[in-house]
Amino acid sequence: MTRLNSKIPEGPLHQKWTNYKANQKLVSPANKRKLEIIVVGTGLAGASAAASFGEMGFNVKVFCIQDSPRRAHSIAAQGGINAAKNYPNDGDSIWRLFYDTIKGGDYRAREANVYRLAEVSNNIIDQCVAQGVPFARDYAGYLDNRSFGGAQVSRTFYARGQTGQQLLLGAYGALSKEIKRGTVQMFNRHEMLDLVLVDGRARGIIARNLVTGTIERFAAHAVVLATGGYGNVYFLSTNAMNSNASAAWKAYKRGAFFGNPAFVQIHPTCIPVHGDYQSKLTLMSESLRNDGRIWVPKKKEDAEAIRAGKLKANDIPEEDRDYYLERRYPAFGNLVPRDVASRAAKERCDAGYGVGPTGLAVYLDFADSIKRLGKEVIEGRYGNLFQMYEKIVDENPYENPMMIYPAVHYTMGGLWVDYELQSTIPGLFVAGEANFSDHGANRLGASALMQGLADGYFVLPYTIQNYLADQITVPKFRTDLPEFEAAEKEARDRLQRLISIQGKYSVDTYHKRLGKIMWDYVGMARDEAGLKFAIDEIRKLRKEFWENVYVPGKMEGVNDELMKAERLADYMELAELIARDALHRNESCGGHFRVEYQTEDGEALRNDDDYKYVAAWEWKGSDAEPVLHREPLNYEFVEIKTRNYKS
Amino acid sequence: MNFTLKIWRQENAKAKGRFKTYKVENISPDCSFLEMLDILNQQLIEDKIELPVDPIAFDHDCREGICGMCSLYINGRPHGPEQGTTVCQLHMRKFKDGDTITIEPWRAKAFPVIKDLMVDRSAFDKIIQEGGYISVSTGGVPDANAIPIPKEDADLAMDAAACIGCGACVAACKNASAMLFVAAKVSQFALLPQGKVEAEKRALAMVAKMDELGFGSCTNTYACEAECPKNISVENIARLNREYLKAKVKKADRKREGGGFG
Amino acid sequence: MSQTLLKISSISKKVFMSLAGLFLIIFLVVHLSINLFILPITENHQEIFKQAVEFMTTFPLIKVMEVVLFGAFILHIILGVVLQIENWMARPVGYAVSTKSKTDSPFSRFSIHTGVIIFIFLVIHFMNFYFVKLGWVDPPAGDMPVADKHDFYNMALNVFNNPVYSVLYIVLILGLGFHLHHAFQAAFQSLGLNHPKYTPWIKGIGLIYSIVITIGFISIPLYFLIN
Repeated sequence: MTRLNSKIPEGPLHQKWTNYKANQKLVSPANKRKLEIIVVGTGLAGASAAASFGEMGFNVKVFCIQDSPRRAHSIAAQGGINAAKNYPNDGDSIWRLFYDTIKGGDYRAREANVYRLAEVSNNIIDQCVAQGVPFARDYAGYLDNRSFGGAQVSRTFYARGQTGQQLLLGAYGALSKEIKRGTVQMFNRHEMLDLVLVDGRARGIIARNLVTGTIERFAAHAVVLATGGYGNVYFLSTNAMNSNASAAWKAYKRGAFFGNPAFVQIHPTCIPVHGDYQSKLTLMSESLRNDGRIWVPKKKEDAEAIRAGKLKANDIPEEDRDYYLERRYPAFGNLVPRDVASRAAKERCDAGYGVGPTGLAVYLDFADSIKRLGKEVIEGRYGNLFQMYEKIVDENPYENPMMIYPAVHYTMGGLWVDYELQSTIPGLFVAGEANFSDHGANRLGASALMQGLADGYFVLPYTIQNYLADQITVPKFRTDLPEFEAAEKEARDRLQRLISIQGKYSVDTYHKRLGKIMWDYVGMARDEAGLKFAIDEIRKLRKEFWENVYVPGKMEGVNDELMKAERLADYMELAELIARDALHRNESCGGHFRVEYQTEDGEALRNDDDYKYVAAWEWKGSDAEPVLHREPLNYEFVEIKTRNYKS
Repeated sequence: MNFTLKIWRQENAKAKGRFKTYKVENISPDCSFLEMLDILNQQLIEDKIELPVDPIAFDHDCREGICGMCSLYINGRPHGPEQGTTVCQLHMRKFKDGDTITIEPWRAKAFPVIKDLMVDRSAFDKIIQEGGYISVSTGGVPDANAIPIPKEDADLAMDAAACIGCGACVAACKNASAMLFVAAKVSQFALLPQGKVEAEKRALAMVAKMDELGFGSCTNTYACEAECPKNISVENIARLNREYLKAKVKKADRKREGGGFG
Repeated sequence: MSQTLLKISSISKKVFMSLAGLFLIIFLVVHLSINLFILPITENHQEIFKQAVEFMTTFPLIKVMEVVLFGAFILHIILGVVLQIENWMARPVGYAVSTKSKTDSPFSRFSIHTGVIIFIFLVIHFMNFYFVKLGWVDPPAGDMPVADKHDFYNMALNVFNNPVYSVLYIVLILGLGFHLHHAFQAAFQSLGLNHPKYTPWIKGIGLIYSIVITIGFISIPLYFLIN
């Protein structure tokens, strides 16, 4: 266990970060100019980190796969960002944000990290306002808040239904400023293929130029991965089409441990699947649950009639509707955390009360709110979401209730990092969704944006200095070192091998098959037999993939299929790790629900005696089983309880 | 539904392109336009209809209308026939069964074709780098509520900030002008007290860069507004003109070096 | 000259174009109000016309304005042409399917074309009147005896009595009307004047203005054609 040192600073919870900053090592301005940092990914975490490093005077190289850093998938976050400002005077505080996040994460996150997150949350809002992020305001001109799941206060700042976009554009602006200043060099349409280690430290990356197809080498004193989550393992998810886990997975294969891969968030309010040609799922912001009421018919025959198209939602009288979240969780009602809401929807649909043509949908009804507040208010709050729903589903949500169903959305798991956000590879830092750190087994709404920006603006700029302080005498690395040579050859060989298979089926065909295994057996409800079966199936599929996939085109030039194949090859391995982690964790907590471990009324049954730890997996080769390392979670400051959203 | 697709194919930036015709059949009306292209690509790959197999390259990412990556010129309109919609949110039910659909890349000197329907829009990044931000560094800023901002101004700023940088305005404009894009960014900051400090410098620098990169000028046809998937108003262009003039006058006033109209 | 022109930003060019255009818009009102006296709208219309011509050709301030007017014309034309060339260059490869965008109107799309029509009109117009005044060309021949090179009344009668000229005149003025309809509101937009409340008014006034100017100018050859 010596390898897992979480480096949590001494002292009382609220002084840990202050103590850390007081005692950390710094790099002088003159020395910063000598040091280079690579940042992979330009989402909230990557862009904010790169911009901050540039401002401090480091030489930064930033990479993104899209044509512009502004397109990272953080942009799609709709609802908002949490902060403990307590502007509405409703009893919020740093402690309460911290506590809600720990509790929402089902007591599987590190106290010190989460407290720091809550502490810097307020700075984020200040920073974004200074950058010109047009947050929603009241008529007095002050910032407005709304509430999100898992909280009894209104602490969520928002910019219509485009909060992620506005925050990302803020960070993109900061990044652009540094590019202009020359401290940051931008490499767009570049995909990281491998991490390069020199003497056990992260010293560079291998990347493919997605336009020319050339494989290029880049060296630095430290590498930051901010490459997002791995939800696309499931094929259908709310992630962007190009979101992928390859950078993180390559780091894992180079020795970074992977933390809690089984903790995958299934978001309750997504537009249901409607056909096998579907390429992705669209999220409907959690904020909708502020004013929407979730229900299914009370009577099975009504549900059947709706599925058959004989009845419409509005035909069901009030007394025959089952507002199951309000019924089961009176204290939080429709605003229970995501994992709870998702499972409850699945429970109703599995029991035969689902609506929509497939029976895999529940209603999210705004009729009451429209009656109470008027259509205009609802339109002002959610107009763009309603419009998006209507475009996709071709039904007017002002008149008929929306239909929603859970979908894979976010991955709490990710590369294991210590308090400094450093992985088990020295010099490799991981930020945002790509790391495992702050959300435990379930993330609360509007906390992903908070974490991404906290990591990038306010954590990494400090902690990376602590690492780089003793690197000031290390000269810039040359990319003709044998380590770079070897890594590039490996990456090139792998791509060439994918092209040379010349099999029968497309990458998407295999991806869909992998996704189905994952959704059916490693999705919202998991059990031992299913997980074992899944591991078996994944292995078989992986073998078949490497024998029969067809990747057209060449190494040179634009080749989307090649990049998709490369990403899927990694998912094929990662999928097994997710299943393995889910299998080993004999408890239900947060997004991880094992049907064997539940209370009589179907709530998750945690096992704190045996599983109150972070599972950090170490790669041992494609055919060998990964090794489990445990980082025990010590709750010194909060009392662990069973999550209760009922009373 | 069945469709005939006339799609622009071009090997790379230097190659000569041409249209090729493809047929797709049994497409669900609920299928999105990009999913229809996925289906076509899947057929090209697995059925090996033509050799060498070369699936159609097009930019796309979030597929929920916000990343701004998708960029197709469909039957004479950027992002296709539906107003206020990106291609990824366009569904086949908006077409008639049996339609012939012509798909072209964005056309502009400043947006060279990379392959097929993919174009290089880094010109937009370059414009933003000239000043499409507030030059604040991380840390050391006042409390978020220290400066109240009238709701109307914040709302107008948000309207402008909704731009997704897709380039439909350039694609639609008969002059391939980027004025709406530049105007949206300049407006957002001109409306906020935080942005006013640098307003002059920003307007001058961004417009200069826009001109330098080979975008055309605005001749007030307003095709940009009609095609903007986020319905950004040309009022922003007027605001940009205003900001620009103000900056020019003030600059001349201060008798800085250079002077004159540049 | 061309170097300096290229250095001017696109927005500055548009601003100068708009200012020059607005000046020309005012000039047209003056021009039309004098021209209308060619028609028998009052008993002494002929006298009024001649007095107006007298005033316009001799009053010193008008002499100055004439220079400004030519300046405005030249500036407007040169900037328009330069902008157009730049705009064509901004899209070297065009679309196969021409635009189906739901924009305001074809008026702005064909601004340069109507501009060229107006330029042709200007050349003819100068040949018939202005160059005569300068003594460069002979006055237009016809039934009416032209007293001297300032006898615009009889010169006008001579040209309008030619039905071919009158028809051509009507066609060219229609081009001017199209141009003005776009130009009026565009000038305000280019100067940064767009307001949710007032812009619809500007557009409305622009429409009325362009119709009045068109009908006004057309009414003269029409009168001659009918009689």
